[in-house]
Amino acid sequence: MSIDLKLDKAGDTVTLEVTGNIDMSSSTKVRDALAPLFQNNNKVIVVDLSGVSYIDSSGIATLVEGLQWSHNSKNKFRLAALTPGVKDVFEIARLLSVFEVFDTKEQALAE
Amino acid sequence: MIQIKNLKKSFGEGDQRITVLEDFNAHMEKGQITSIIGGSGSGKSTVLKHLIGAYRPDSGEIWIDGEEVSQFKGEEINRIRKKFGIMFQSGALFNSLTVEDNVALPMREHTDLNEGTILIMVKMKLEMVGLRGAEHLKPAQLSGGMIKRIALARAIALDPKIVFYDEPSAGLDPISIGVIDKLIMDLSKKMGITSVVVTHEIPSAMRISDKIIMLFKGKIIAEGTPEEIRNSNDPKVIQFIEGSPDGPIPFSKSQTDYGEELKEMSRA
Repeated sequence: MSIDLKLDKAGDTVTLEVTGNIDMSSSTKVRDALAPLFQNNNKVIVVDLSGVSYIDSSGIATLVEGLQWSHNSKNKFRLAALTPGVKDVFEIARLLSVFEVFDTKEQALAE
Repeated sequence: MIQIKNLKKSFGEGDQRITVLEDFNAHMEKGQITSIIGGSGSGKSTVLKHLIGAYRPDSGEIWIDGEEVSQFKGEEINRIRKKFGIMFQSGALFNSLTVEDNVALPMREHTDLNEGTILIMVKMKLEMVGLRGAEHLKPAQLSGGMIKRIALARAIALDPKIVFYDEPSAGLDPISIGVIDKLIMDLSKKMGITSVVVTHEIPSAMRISDKIIMLFKGKIIAEGTPEEIRNSNDPKVIQFIEGSPDGPIPFSKSQTDYGEELKEMSRA
């Protein structure tokens, strides 16, 4: 299954909207889209996961990298709209609590 | 998830031909733990070797995730192997590599993932087996139980749908066996992994399995839930479960009369 990535920039916030499965074959694309966002003056970076029904450990690891980059660059890094299947994988990996997670993209951008 | 139909396998030629598996049928369901138990030489490891593509059957079919794989070769075998992880009896870790490099190996070999992503994944896998912090140790610095846990972390490196376990608790102390049992159950239930465990550790198989298949001389002699196996009236099943040296399963592997065989030797 192919993955679709869409960037939506508004002021000093940016949203990466992901549609498709984030797995071993597509994680690199997500990483390549995510990495440059931390080098710009984006105060808040949101990954909208509402279109992702499956994520594997490479996908989670890619998002952890985003967390590491935000830690170094002081940008805020947030996840929004996790589907139940994706939330399960985060919980199994015991990594849900290390991220700032919001129910909707709008909430993630508003805070 | 896995279906084996009428699997037959024999080794040797002519008079020396030994049938190792005879009409083996099994169905391993998604997210469940199926244990294949039996004594040495019962054929249980032969089943596993067919499942991982190391042996080809004389006849019969092996279906994995909707594909008949028994005649697969080369690239096709490699493709299907990405769907499963294998935890080998010995651990099969590379002694010259650190724990981190051992677990990262399948990721580096089979994916185009960035090194930073891989190192985070390794940490996640080690956390799952309770050995985060052991990244920089070498296998020689690990206990037997730790080696098995690292081998398990490597088996799940690529998030397989299926994990095959070859004697996961052989040679371990009771507490380490309990730890491995719990990990197999956790991975199966939480991640929906289909598990096939080849073992002769009866208490372990009873604890972890949804289904047990018992083999004797290449034939299934019992199949069912641990409870059903425990309540079996078959003398062979009872003997194996109780570990009794006397019973229908003979101590001697030989089928010929001892005295006759000794007499035959003098004529040769």
